[in-house]
Amino acid sequence: MNQDLRREREAASFNPELLTHVLDGSPESTRRRREIENLILNDPDFQHEDLNFLTRSQRYEVAVRKSATMVKKMREFGIADPEEIMWFKRMHLVNFVEPVGLNFSMFIPTLLNQGTTAQQEKWLLSSKGLQIIGTYAQTEMGHGTHLRGLETTATYDPETQEFILNSPTVTSIKWWPGGLGKTSNHAIVLAQLITKGKCYGLHAFIVPIREIGTHKPLPGITVGDIGPKFGYDEMDNGYLKMDNYRIPRENMLMKYAQVKPDGTYMKPVSNKLTYGTMVFVRSFLVGEAARSLSKACTIAIRYSAVRHQSEIKPGEPEPQILDFQTQQYKLFPLLATAYAFQFVGAYMKETYHRINEDIGQGDLSELPELHALTAGLKAFTSWTTNAAIEACRMACGGHGYSHCSGLPNIYVTFTPTCTFEGENTVMMLQTARFLMKSYDQVHAGKLVCGMVSYLNGLPTQRIQPQQVAVWPAVVDIDSPESLTEAYKRRATRLVEIAAKNLQNEVIHRKSKEVAWNLTSVDLVRASEAHCHYVAVKLFSEKLLKIEDKSVHAVLRNLCLLYCLYGISQKAGDFLQGSIMTESQITQVNQRIKELLIAIRPDAVALVDAFDFQDVTLGSVLGRYDGNVYENLFEWAKKSPLNKSEVHESYFKYLKPLQSKL
Amino acid sequence: MTQNERYVAAVQRKFHLQTIAKRLGWLENSLEFHYAYRALSGELALSLHHVFLKSLRTLGSEEQIAKWTPLCNEFQIIASYAQTELGHGTNLRGLETEATYDAATQEFVVHSPTLTATKWWPGDMGRSATHTLVQAQLICSGARQGMHAFIVPIRSLQDHTPLPGVTVGDIGPKMDFDHTDNGFLQLDHVRVPRENMLSRFAQVLPDGTYVKLGTSQTNYFSLVVVRVDLLLGEIIPLLQKACVIAIRYSVIRHQSSIRPSDPEAKILDYQTQQQKLFPPLATAYAFHFLASSLLEFLHSSYDAILNKDFSHLPELHALSAGIKAMISDSCLQGTELCRQACGGHGYSKLSGLPSLVSRVTASCTYEGDNTVLYLQTARFLVKNYLQAQAQATPGSTLQKSLPQSIAYLTTTDLARCPAQKAADFLHPKLYTMAWAHVATRLIKDSVHHLETVMQSGADWDEAWNQTTVIHLQAAKAHCFYISVKSFTETLEKLENDPAVQQVLKRLCDLYALHGILTNAGDFLHDGFLSGSQVDAVRTAYLDLLRLIRKDAILLTDAFDFTDQCLNSALGCYDGNVYERLFHWAQKSPTNTQRNPAYEKYLRPLLQSWRSKL
Repeated sequence: MNQDLRREREAASFNPELLTHVLDGSPESTRRRREIENLILNDPDFQHEDLNFLTRSQRYEVAVRKSATMVKKMREFGIADPEEIMWFKRMHLVNFVEPVGLNFSMFIPTLLNQGTTAQQEKWLLSSKGLQIIGTYAQTEMGHGTHLRGLETTATYDPETQEFILNSPTVTSIKWWPGGLGKTSNHAIVLAQLITKGKCYGLHAFIVPIREIGTHKPLPGITVGDIGPKFGYDEMDNGYLKMDNYRIPRENMLMKYAQVKPDGTYMKPVSNKLTYGTMVFVRSFLVGEAARSLSKACTIAIRYSAVRHQSEIKPGEPEPQILDFQTQQYKLFPLLATAYAFQFVGAYMKETYHRINEDIGQGDLSELPELHALTAGLKAFTSWTTNAAIEACRMACGGHGYSHCSGLPNIYVTFTPTCTFEGENTVMMLQTARFLMKSYDQVHAGKLVCGMVSYLNGLPTQRIQPQQVAVWPAVVDIDSPESLTEAYKRRATRLVEIAAKNLQNEVIHRKSKEVAWNLTSVDLVRASEAHCHYVAVKLFSEKLLKIEDKSVHAVLRNLCLLYCLYGISQKAGDFLQGSIMTESQITQVNQRIKELLIAIRPDAVALVDAFDFQDVTLGSVLGRYDGNVYENLFEWAKKSPLNKSEVHESYFKYLKPLQSKL
Repeated sequence: MTQNERYVAAVQRKFHLQTIAKRLGWLENSLEFHYAYRALSGELALSLHHVFLKSLRTLGSEEQIAKWTPLCNEFQIIASYAQTELGHGTNLRGLETEATYDAATQEFVVHSPTLTATKWWPGDMGRSATHTLVQAQLICSGARQGMHAFIVPIRSLQDHTPLPGVTVGDIGPKMDFDHTDNGFLQLDHVRVPRENMLSRFAQVLPDGTYVKLGTSQTNYFSLVVVRVDLLLGEIIPLLQKACVIAIRYSVIRHQSSIRPSDPEAKILDYQTQQQKLFPPLATAYAFHFLASSLLEFLHSSYDAILNKDFSHLPELHALSAGIKAMISDSCLQGTELCRQACGGHGYSKLSGLPSLVSRVTASCTYEGDNTVLYLQTARFLVKNYLQAQAQATPGSTLQKSLPQSIAYLTTTDLARCPAQKAADFLHPKLYTMAWAHVATRLIKDSVHHLETVMQSGADWDEAWNQTTVIHLQAAKAHCFYISVKSFTETLEKLENDPAVQQVLKRLCDLYALHGILTNAGDFLHDGFLSGSQVDAVRTAYLDLLRLIRKDAILLTDAFDFTDQCLNSALGCYDGNVYERLFHWAQKSPTNTQRNPAYEKYLRPLLQSWRSKL
């Protein structure tokens, strides 16, 4: 092992294994996770060439091979429950994008949620066994987050008892669904239902797209791959154009809404339930943000302990770059953020399961808040993580730009999270809508509960007109609780400002909607402040549950750093709201520097605790053993450009260039 | 295209361009070449050839220039520039490659003593170059003389194979720049003649005597020249293109409706979308003017420096370092914002945006890591501030004026901003002054911190490392101030064209005010701005978004990029976004070629199940 990393690990003040248990939930979960990871990572059937040296088509092929192998293995292990399948794969093939993934993550769950018993009997078995490979086609070329704008139509023909699916315009072509381009032979298509001359809005239909046996597109279907993307090379995101294409009436998913043989439309009882899948996916994405950021931090911090550069004092040997204050200032706040998001992700998962049980018992009361919270947190964590992965990459200097660092891949795989499953700005505005509603409720004299309960204090604070700003106690910058309080005040203030600006605009503009648009920048700010508060609160509450003293101490420092760094970045909000004074901000900046020094000896152990295997990181710079340079050289020699000593282009172009001119 | 194919295509394009240039008689470094590069979006091989030439011109003696320039221009040799090593980047003094002078043969022995000394990253070196300019530690008369540049032949001019003692190859796939064969190079006691050391500012005499003709900074001069060239030549156009694409697409794309009864609105009509896109647009203009004025400054000092008048060099060095850092940082942020503002389609390579992002992001670490560059600017600021302070003490008669770019540090300064309402913030003088105030305060602060740490017993170097975070902040504020100032000066020159002046003034206002809002804490900190003044800035800022909205498309058209040059289905001039997207996707090789994965894996998978049924 690299000497620097060995020294770092020996000098750590705590045992990373204990922290890993905290992250996994329990020692038992850590054990099981490792067991399954090893089962898969050591399986020779899953081995393949370094994807970085392959073309897109080759990468797709490797992915399909892995998917096929995986399905066989799952049959061997007898894993059949869709949720189990999803976790089996997501948890254990962390880096891996797979073309048949949507069959399990979207096609089957939608069938289960929205299909009748008869429909499930008909389709479930064959889709689980991949006799049919399904995907989920919602987004269109011209329409994304705004569902009601989708143009694809499904018109009912009572004579033949069929639906006629049609893509009437270029913009209505289904665009982006994963696995649609080349892999799937069926798709659940979202389309505007028209029966008896009336449009009833979006409904889901099972549409066969490729012929069983030959895999050729069926007549009336135009289907293909949407071309190269920033990342996701392995995935055949596709397009689908339907030209008056007929499917039987039974192919509409009819658990809730129904179309009778004569074309009569039966309304669903409640539509809130359809939120379920969205909330689940978004809360899952919060955890995904934490995992991606943790990986990036692992790579950047290990490499910074191995890399030596410049000098702090002339004449002394080059120090580890992790000893530079600027490098610590770049990376440690991100490390603290990674931990914060780990805990936010764990909380989201718990909450989702708890509320899901309530829903099972018919209690939908908490669903609106959960929906609002997942939307905002998905946006908040993915925006932060997106920028943070880039920052980690750049903290590795030039080598971060090489695919050997693994960081470009982590980045391009993560970054679509900001725009898919609900574009982030739209998500923030959904949270804002909930905040505004809660604000109105408070002012109507009702109490609100959950994460927004801090708004209940607003009416009493408004005894001094114009002054949200007089706060009872002074912020103690060494106390996570007190800092949480400060974030709470910031959120309160920004929610109140947004609400008042909205009211003002409503008076001037006469239209609520125009007013909403003209206040949207304020509204997004309010949502961000709310989400930031939630993250800070969850982190500081997590501290109370940590038993081991040394682990507690190091996490407490990270939590303080997370809180203080946020304050220093948003100092304007804290100063303007008189939540903190100028001299306190100066103290905050001073304290941040002290925390950097305090965290420095534990930095490597803190990323070790994330417990990523080298294969999962996919990075020469982030190797556990730190033997970076030797392996970098070996890696480069495998590059396709090095296959011959003199490249063909020399004879074709360079030599003639030298002689002709 | 694969990495290999893109490389071949780039070499091919370069080959054609040179043939055309030869026919039309374009001069190296001419405007014609500059425009040709812009049209081809830089997808050309052998760009390091020109870096070599620039270094030769700044560091080489007249005889050396006379000898090597024609060889390069005629492509008798293909040259590259090799500085960065596997283990060492921005810190030049840490480079390990050695050039030891052997007086007996009058040769330098160039050698890579360790694995980490392997040259790593130089462009065009992996597959193409026949010669490279190696930065190495000069050792002569038994002493280390620091970094110097040596011309080292690496491949045979006959059959292009590596020369004896040379191990050279490509460093493998990267985020982008697939067309460039960034390379590695190990030298095993390779001998080059004494004349191959570039010797404008330092010479080794035949007997091994070392003669220094410049200052320690002169060796970096070629880096300054390259850095400044990159701003307008590579980095800023990337942001401009991203703005063109995102803003054009935002008037084609309709999504949701603002009022329920209305048809779906153009997404550019949403305030949140304007707030994403207009600040990068304003920044793209600001940087264009900033880089142009820096280029002017470079040109006016260039000849003086070649003639060994180094008085402007420290300021030029500090300015170019900080400005390169600021420009590449914000261009990255802006480009990425534009990409995300295009929603899902921004993730498709057909939008052109991913490759803009992955190219601009490289600029944050190449030609000097941004943090290190900012700190070089900070060092210059601190040093000059301390000097000015010393001179200002009573009794001092030495009144040397500060370099022009930091003269503002000694001008008298208001403690409170005089603005009373939102409209007051639309005066260039006012916000330029506000930025000068904040920059001055932060520089004073950083000096103060440094002195405090030193008083508690730390020496200068240790104190410096303990205070770098605040130095960084000060340098950033300084650079931002410079950019605001250059933008307002450009406005003044536009008096004869009031329409253009008005629209650019709005962008300038937006640029400066957006900067204030994102750094509101710095302005509130010492009470320079009050809370209600910050609110007024926000009001002015939101109003500007609305005003700029009307001219947004024309402001992007004015960058005048052809569709071919944008290479984006979303950003084309005619706005036929969706048709093009569909058409381009159908041409993708994944659609035109057979799907081997189906035959190999999917079919057996489907059939394995059936056989069980």
